[in-house]
Amino acid sequence: MLDPYKIREDFPILKRKINGYPLIYFDNAATSQKPREVIEAVKDFYENHNANVHRAVHTLSQEASEMYENAHEEVAKLINADGFEEIVFVRGTTEAINLVAYAWGLRNLGRNDEVIVSLMEHHSNIVPWEIISRLNDFKIKYIEVNDDGTLNYESLENLLSKRTRIVCLSHVSNVTGVVNDIERVAKLAHEHGAFLLVDGAQSVPHLPVNVKKLDADFVAFSGHKMLGPTGIGVLYGKKDVLEKMEPFHGGGEMIREVSYEPSKRRCSIAWNVLPWKFEAGTPNVAGGVGLTAAVRYLKRIGMENVKAHEKALTKYALAQIQKSCKRVNIYGPTDPTAKCGIIPFGIEGLSSHDIALFLDNYGIMVRSGFHCAQPLHEIFKLNSSARASFYVYNTREEIDAFIGVLKEIERF
Amino acid sequence: MANVDDYVARTEGTCGKEKDVIVTFKYEKKDEAFKKILDKATVKKSIAGIVFELSFKTFSFRLYASGKVIFRGLKDKDELNTLLSELLSVPRK
Repeated sequence: MLDPYKIREDFPILKRKINGYPLIYFDNAATSQKPREVIEAVKDFYENHNANVHRAVHTLSQEASEMYENAHEEVAKLINADGFEEIVFVRGTTEAINLVAYAWGLRNLGRNDEVIVSLMEHHSNIVPWEIISRLNDFKIKYIEVNDDGTLNYESLENLLSKRTRIVCLSHVSNVTGVVNDIERVAKLAHEHGAFLLVDGAQSVPHLPVNVKKLDADFVAFSGHKMLGPTGIGVLYGKKDVLEKMEPFHGGGEMIREVSYEPSKRRCSIAWNVLPWKFEAGTPNVAGGVGLTAAVRYLKRIGMENVKAHEKALTKYALAQIQKSCKRVNIYGPTDPTAKCGIIPFGIEGLSSHDIALFLDNYGIMVRSGFHCAQPLHEIFKLNSSARASFYVYNTREEIDAFIGVLKEIERF
Repeated sequence: MANVDDYVARTEGTCGKEKDVIVTFKYEKKDEAFKKILDKATVKKSIAGIVFELSFKTFSFRLYASGKVIFRGLKDKDELNTLLSELLSVPRK
């Protein structure tokens, strides 16, 4: 097991006080805090190695290129990808999904095709497909969600057909923490000749993720939710799938050759090799360096330990809420074995924003609203929800303080 | 009438069907704003000096000791500004 008290010493922000109270950060599903190691890695890059990457022979550029390429290698090892070629750096999960929607979907989906998306998705795994479907006129079919927030696999099986080209599904719901059976879905999708795109934003930071075992064709995730900097994220894609895809953005770095042909009065273009084919323009090198530090930090803790710690916290929090709070409603499953460290909740008679402001007064940060998952809230018949989400530095004492304030709010 | 910009650091529409608006007062002005609003509005309910459910004219809203107010049911930004201006302009009793 990991030691959260020791880990906390690595996170400078956790020493902060908010409104006179020690900061309790329970908004980890939105973004994580950063250990000193990550902050120092970014600082060190700018202080000692900063240069644009690739195609320069000078020392700084060589150093920066090596650091940036290493970042791809580190991420590949974390998720057991076949190599750095399968790791495309993007700004975050949203951009990764948009990359697949535009670079693959726009060119390959047409009137007779169908895309399957679940109703528990974050908007970033719904909207890109809705946009592309309006351009290419393909159909989107939505997998139903059970009353408890779990995926309705029967609904998925009924929707799959020869027309299905891709199934888009989150590994872990960002609202309920429900963990979907990706291996099962991959098998079903592949049996129908469809790709599987997994939104791993809430799984890669919190669980051991082995892309070979999952057998997903694409996995998208964000660096900032896994202790890394903002503005850096990852699209994992199977090499043979990425090879066949056209680029997303055009510009420098993603081309091997651009040559003007006077007879045709246009340029001929040859794409760069993977993963650079999908990384147009000057990349977020410092972000990559920070992400390397974050991945190393998580590996040192061990992803199994991260998972176990969060499960234990979730189990404790759910039990304490059920025991101590009379008006707190928990949405989604209350079985901690079925979910990650995310607890959506509400208090009768109060809006989620009131709950969040009240907790904020005591230095406790939780999110309120739709969490960019309005369809799931509509299924739950909720106007919004409050959400507490845990990570490696959270403790039982923090949960006790949180529940103490919930009890106070119940008096209102 | 008070200049709302002197007091307000940030106004944010919330995410969710409620369409609440959260106003955060400037740190150096939050105590003054807090007192002025409490003087002007009627307290319907409160907990431990942390949150106050208030009413003023036809509006009801919640004021937090951390220097934030949550308004609901407002038509638009103009209505918010008029309301805040009235609340903040009133001298203490």
